[in-house]
Amino acid sequence: MELREKAKQLLESGDVKAVLGFEPGTGGVRRPAFARSAAQAEKLVFDGEQNLASYVTHKEVKRLGRVAVAARPDTLRALLQLMGERQIKEGDLLPLVVDADGQVTELPSGEAMEEYLALSAKELPAKDRELLDRLGNMTRQERWDFWQKELSRCIKCYACRSSCPMCYCGHCTMDCNRPQWVPVPSHALGNLEYHMVRAMHLAGRCVECGDCGRACPVGIPIHLLTFNAEESVHAQFGQRAGASAKLDYAMSTFRPDDKETFIR
Amino acid sequence: MADLYQLSSASLDALFAALGADGRRILAPTEADGRSELNPVTRADQVAKDYLQTTLSAKETVFPKVERLLSYTLAPGQVDLVDAEPTVTPTVLFGIRPCEASAFAALDAVFNWDYRDKFFNARLEQLAVIGLGCTRRDDACFCTAVGGGPGATKGSDILLTPMAGGYLAEVLTDKGRAIQALAPDLFQPSQGVDKAALLAEVPAAFDQPALTAKLPALFDSPLWSEQSLRCLGCGACAFVCPTCVCFDIQEEADKTGGRRLRAWDSCGYHMFTLHASGHNPRETQGARWRQRIYHKFSYYPERYGQLGCVGCGKCTRACPVDMNLQEHLVEASQVNP
Repeated sequence: MELREKAKQLLESGDVKAVLGFEPGTGGVRRPAFARSAAQAEKLVFDGEQNLASYVTHKEVKRLGRVAVAARPDTLRALLQLMGERQIKEGDLLPLVVDADGQVTELPSGEAMEEYLALSAKELPAKDRELLDRLGNMTRQERWDFWQKELSRCIKCYACRSSCPMCYCGHCTMDCNRPQWVPVPSHALGNLEYHMVRAMHLAGRCVECGDCGRACPVGIPIHLLTFNAEESVHAQFGQRAGASAKLDYAMSTFRPDDKETFIR
Repeated sequence: MADLYQLSSASLDALFAALGADGRRILAPTEADGRSELNPVTRADQVAKDYLQTTLSAKETVFPKVERLLSYTLAPGQVDLVDAEPTVTPTVLFGIRPCEASAFAALDAVFNWDYRDKFFNARLEQLAVIGLGCTRRDDACFCTAVGGGPGATKGSDILLTPMAGGYLAEVLTDKGRAIQALAPDLFQPSQGVDKAALLAEVPAAFDQPALTAKLPALFDSPLWSEQSLRCLGCGACAFVCPTCVCFDIQEEADKTGGRRLRAWDSCGYHMFTLHASGHNPRETQGARWRQRIYHKFSYYPERYGQLGCVGCGKCTRACPVDMNLQEHLVEASQVNP
């Protein structure tokens, strides 16, 4: 069954209140779309880029009821990570994957999602891998200069945070003002602290979808920061975010047999 | 009525040199690494050739993203307060589009409403605009629906319209005439040029006066929450917008002193209206999206007699999820209250 047909069936049966997919937008670009009726399901397509998992934690979306989500592998990883972090429950949503022939399969449980993902190992896009390697081969000073130059364009619109499926905190540290941990204005320190805190908070949690970089209106490759943190966690602990709905997340798990002595 | 001249493409370098000799910084659209942005230039070949719009607007020239308003030092029993003074560089904005040129009036309406903002005014006084008419458009543009047009002169001191060999130059204001006087030989009298034929065609996409009249009755419509389901609640639209004027005041201080800063803010943020009590009068993204539309198309006309939108489409192009403003306004125009 194809996506539109499946969406209509799910909506008509009342199984879900909305189907989250994509639709053609300005100049033919693909954008996220909510189909809430069989008629609206006619517009749905699957070939968009955004990680739709960022919507499922919105309170406006939670209020709709159970939603089906057209999911690419990165979307599934984000959904699993959200389950692992207890932000969503299995029954709250219905991930739908679409194969090369356009046929839809429901993945109603975390287990089904894990099994599906086991077939496709996470690979970073070649361009991002190349950029990460380039950054890794720089001296500290060169890397510092690279990020200083890139972040000087930041306007602190928080499009990176808003587009990130793992940035779901209702009250982000950036928004804390008693005390104000991080400067609000988009000056050099405010920009740097924001992006450093975000990268640290996403270490081991970033599913490497790259949506933050895609969302940036001024073209900062900001996803490289969280990719780097994620790759580092993978190298140190052998874990990848979004691999399981029951993951003991490396950065918040204590084990008495930890190889580092400082933590024991 | 504007004085009409022709300016050859080859004469731009001489014009830029004359502006430089007069102590003016020239900011123009440049293109590098796939980005269109305003940067200082000194030669015509540094100006982007085939751009439609810069991502960010020119509002930064009068309303920077961060601005120090005052600073102080603290010592036992003593506070020394120093008012900040604006640092102003005489600037010529070259090649911004008519929509953006007209946006300074919307900023002016707020910064000179009940208080004359010295920072904004000092910069605006030292700013001259050489606008550039549009020979093409994209799907985000809707200037003609909001009173502008691809050749509209409002806000420009000189408006250039591209034509064979150079530009039709309309010298519109005293600031424009002052620029012309720096290099009078470059401006050749022009006659019989059909300006309209040089410009892009932008049919008006909706009836704005009718929409503005209807908005009060649409306040409780489910339309806004439906449209905004896709919205991520970031501030990209507000920060690239040439008319969005909302700011936050931040105090950065320690035991020895501090400074008070003004920084861009956005009504799309959930914190924007969050009260200390925890109550938020705009609790959902739908309420915040509605505010964005209403501020520009209902409250601005009511309070200032002008729109808070110039139809440049920067918000649409910058939005990570394609919240196309024109499309949403057309939709609002079509629903019945």
